[in-house]
Amino acid sequence: MSELTRLDAADLAARIQAREVSAVEVTQAHLDRIAAVDATVHAFLHVDTERALDAAKAVDDDVAAGRPAVSPLAGVPLALKDVLAMQGAPTTCGSKVLEHWQPPYDATVTRRLREAGVVILGKTNMDEFAMGSSTENSAFGVTRNPWDLDRIPGGSGGGSAAALAAFEAPLAIGTDTGGSIRQPGAVTGTVGVKPTYGTVSRFGLVAFSSSLDQAGPCARTVLDAALLHEVIAGHDPLDSTSIDAPVPPVVAAAREGATGDLTGVRVGVVTEFAGDGYQPGVSAAFEAAVAQLRELGAEIVEVSCPSFDLALPAYYLIAPSEASSNLARFDAMRYGLRVGDDGERSAEEVMSLTRAAGFGAEVKRRIMLGTYALSAGYYDAYYGSAQKVRTLIMRDFEAAFGRVDVLVSPTTPTTAFRIGERVDDPMAMYRADLCTIPSNLAGNAALSVPCGLSGDDGLPVGLQIMSPALQDHRGYRVAAAYEVARDAAQGGSLITRVPELEVV
Amino acid sequence: MPSISRGEVEHLARLARLAVTEDEVDRFAAQLDQIVQAVAQVGQVADQDIPPTSHAVPLTNVFRRDDVRPGLSQQQAVAAAPAAEDGRFRVPRILGEEA
Repeated sequence: MSELTRLDAADLAARIQAREVSAVEVTQAHLDRIAAVDATVHAFLHVDTERALDAAKAVDDDVAAGRPAVSPLAGVPLALKDVLAMQGAPTTCGSKVLEHWQPPYDATVTRRLREAGVVILGKTNMDEFAMGSSTENSAFGVTRNPWDLDRIPGGSGGGSAAALAAFEAPLAIGTDTGGSIRQPGAVTGTVGVKPTYGTVSRFGLVAFSSSLDQAGPCARTVLDAALLHEVIAGHDPLDSTSIDAPVPPVVAAAREGATGDLTGVRVGVVTEFAGDGYQPGVSAAFEAAVAQLRELGAEIVEVSCPSFDLALPAYYLIAPSEASSNLARFDAMRYGLRVGDDGERSAEEVMSLTRAAGFGAEVKRRIMLGTYALSAGYYDAYYGSAQKVRTLIMRDFEAAFGRVDVLVSPTTPTTAFRIGERVDDPMAMYRADLCTIPSNLAGNAALSVPCGLSGDDGLPVGLQIMSPALQDHRGYRVAAAYEVARDAAQGGSLITRVPELEVV
Repeated sequence: MPSISRGEVEHLARLARLAVTEDEVDRFAAQLDQIVQAVAQVGQVADQDIPPTSHAVPLTNVFRRDDVRPGLSQQQAVAAAPAAEDGRFRVPRILGEEA
């Protein structure tokens, strides 16, 4: 494997600017790595070889001409989750309904990446329409976890997380509706950040649950995630839920945190996210991480958030309800799949047959669940109550953040489970998002940073750090400080302990 | 406690425009029943006087200037259509025999 694929994004960008290596060489090294291991990992649904090399060449031309870098990540390769529109390549959302579909425009996130000189290598695998916690719901096959190829890479953004852990890309974009950035980050030993809702544009992000969906950065280090965060975040008039406020200073916070001092920072441990259902190795790694935060000078207190127990049930009413409405657009008329159009059948029959053939089981389950929850007679009991729970969760966060600066918990209750283990048990699958959902419902900022390997199976564990809305920088500061302490205590970066993949 | 019957699954599938097989009806009835039982816990707040939250960050009256700006061309709009004719979307018949 080329050494270039082991480097982090900040380092690569600096070497490109210093002319120690060209952006084309960096991109080619990652394309070669993809060619060597992706038949095994299957992180990518589409590799955009020629345009990636063109984008890298443009950065090299800037460097050669002495023009200043267009961003701190110019020339760095990235893997883009296949739920974000990118012109000139397919956007499938892991669904047969959109197989081969090419969007006529770029998502704002895609546009910002291009303008920052970030080299988009291709599109990554995901659970169909981002519904799932294992990437097993993709219509195009499973993605394997580089730590153990028999296990899931998390979901829905398993492709993006696996690409990082397999050294196929130093940066990736995910989207997080209930944990789809943070949980894959946790189970692959990578960093995943869900920014404050409304701070990263949803324009061109294929909607699953519009009031929850949020794109965010994935990387192997906290600083790289922060650098990518600042590239993609910011107000966008094309997204009416976009917040017109400055991007929180996440890069400065990551650099401040890296000095290793958390004196005066108050950290709350969520009482409800421990105990039964938490794998012992996950709990132990989490407790060790909390002890490390205390050593860094943080003040640790326990904080109870009683409504968090209702977050999972509320989420599985709100998200499917919004999904049932959003996915009505796949009607076999304007784009995407159409089946059964024999000249006799009506539009409605063709629509039903197309949706039956084009959607997988989980998407169908959620559409029907949402249709049920929104039905007359059930609306108040289900959807209406779920919206009240959402208020209670926000109040719990508000009370907690009156006492502490950030909240912490394990990112997900277990390490990566085996492929196939939970496919026929939706509720078991849903519990993977237990700890991540409250921040989606409240719209605040949360991230997952690797916190060691579980003692019982040697697989990565994630530490979740939650911050108030628009205070994303708090989490970055704590995560960066923890990362430095973790690496010092464990004698090097966690990700370097991922097993070597067999190269074909 | 709520429960979801086969008939209800068939009705939901019809509302959601999803053709389902007999096997799927059986499987979805059992799974949806289990999920609905689990999520029904939220009902414990149904009687409480709590304002609902629809969006975490409430914004109102987001306007843009009323400027003309280019949209998709007709060619771009129909480029991904499953069937197109004369630059338009070709769709199956919309009305039934009786209409």
